[in-house]
Amino acid sequence: MHQKTLAELREGLIKREFSSVEVTQHFLERIARLDERFNCFISVTEDAALARAREADKTLAAGGAPALCGLPVAHKDIFCTRGVRTSCGSQMLDNFIPPYDAAVVENFNDAGVVVLGKTNMDEFAMGSSNETSWYGAVKNPWDVRCVPGGSSGGSAAAVAAGMAPGVTATDTGGSIRQPAALCGITGLKPTYGRVSRWGMIAFASSLDQGGPMARSAEDVALLLNAMASFDPRDSTSAERAVPDYTADLSTDLSGLRIGVPREYFDEGLNPATEQVVREALRELESQGAVLKDIDLPHAKLSVPAYYVIAPAEASANLSRFDGVRYGYRCDAPADLPDMFKRSRAEGFGDEVKRRILVGTYCLSAGYYDAYYNKAMQVRRLIKEDFVAAFADVDVVAGPTCPNPAFEFGAKGDNPVAMYLEDIYTIAANLAGLPAMSLPCGFVDNKPVGLQLIGQYFQEARMLNVAHRYQQATSWHRRMPPDID
Amino acid sequence: MSIDRATIEKLGELAKILISESNVEVTTRSINDVLTLVDQLQAVDTAGVRPLANPLDATQRLRSDVVTEPDCRDQFQALAPAAENGLYLVPKVIE
Repeated sequence: MHQKTLAELREGLIKREFSSVEVTQHFLERIARLDERFNCFISVTEDAALARAREADKTLAAGGAPALCGLPVAHKDIFCTRGVRTSCGSQMLDNFIPPYDAAVVENFNDAGVVVLGKTNMDEFAMGSSNETSWYGAVKNPWDVRCVPGGSSGGSAAAVAAGMAPGVTATDTGGSIRQPAALCGITGLKPTYGRVSRWGMIAFASSLDQGGPMARSAEDVALLLNAMASFDPRDSTSAERAVPDYTADLSTDLSGLRIGVPREYFDEGLNPATEQVVREALRELESQGAVLKDIDLPHAKLSVPAYYVIAPAEASANLSRFDGVRYGYRCDAPADLPDMFKRSRAEGFGDEVKRRILVGTYCLSAGYYDAYYNKAMQVRRLIKEDFVAAFADVDVVAGPTCPNPAFEFGAKGDNPVAMYLEDIYTIAANLAGLPAMSLPCGFVDNKPVGLQLIGQYFQEARMLNVAHRYQQATSWHRRMPPDID
Repeated sequence: MSIDRATIEKLGELAKILISESNVEVTTRSINDVLTLVDQLQAVDTAGVRPLANPLDATQRLRSDVVTEPDCRDQFQALAPAAENGLYLVPKVIE
């Protein structure tokens, strides 16, 4: 059952080959049995899931069921869920039970899903290894000595280990694509504004974007159909119709122009990873696509630009955590300033505090122009590189990450070593472009991701390329060994 | 641009984060690591480049100035570390 894709589970439910209760019980049983090893879930909502599944079975029997009726999913613990703790991976919100659902959660509920629980993540989505979670790191199902990637590591590993067939996630600098790559699954970050941020706990608001993860591109398309919407409650939500992302999955790739950025195959790329990614590009070429070398001359500046812009926005967004209205408050504060300073010092972990302090510095009097304004100027140069490239190509392709999953603690105590793992993913966030990662092979028995970057709002085109690739290959069907 | 202990203490004050004496040194070092990374931006010629705040160059939508949110005060205050009679409680500010 857990080896089936969402599309296959959906067909089985519609044909009544099995019930939603059976599917839900199957995944709940796997979570109960396996999650001790992988630590993917912060909360499991077993009773609510089974109640929803029973409802779904009635709807399925009656006919006219919504698109995802009875299919189990899990939400990253960054999406507010009414009545269910939403921690954002932080002690700060360990006791936070939202009184409302995020727009993404509402959309999925309307589509009929069964929610299995909430997945582990780097604290406030700040991390590339899941090591910053207050609930402990998630382990990579392919090798438990290695990180699953981050920040959506719990979501990615839950799919990889067969504990959920589809999940929600968010991506501010690579937090969907990098863990998808390291866990050998498919994940998509939509165009900025395509998925509502309402009820999604903010990290860096001009970069944050929710998106789906699953085994296959077809499953990701199914999930994106439900997830994407125009939402007036999100002031940067894109006011345009949501297409059917499954409609063009099978379109022939003949004549498709794929841009291959020289800068994504530089000396920082692991040679074995490069070989696997080049092989994937040859497969697309064999299906009729045309590969064209392109230049993104400012791409190498995306990491430094990001580490000004994201911390600056985070320092503003996270100022709301003050120990007054909700969340963590320190014991016995001497006075109000002591309450603010100790609640934040104790409630936030080191990486979150580091980014708040860096952001505060970049926005402080005398430094705004040198850092924040400069970074926003470089951000435009990075975007213009892509705009120029897309004049000649339909999609851009390259590696998602420079290396396969690394071991816990491998990045030591220098934060910059970790930041550089996101070197190929960050540019799409800065430019607001849609991008995805799909499995394309292995290095040292660990998965490697192929990254596709699309034109604004052309998610369907990337999904088409990914689906055609997955029709010809079976990497997305592989399951980690030693997991029954 | 490298920062010193006094700057770190000032940042802790601005960001309302207590940096304990035992953490000052390690915090200063790691923030300097990040600032060394971002200093690469200083070498880029950005004369005449307009800053990009929203990746789609979009501006925020405006809406009519009418109340749309329901009154959820009781629900919200149930989440507070300390609340009483519809008010949030904090340590005494004025003696």
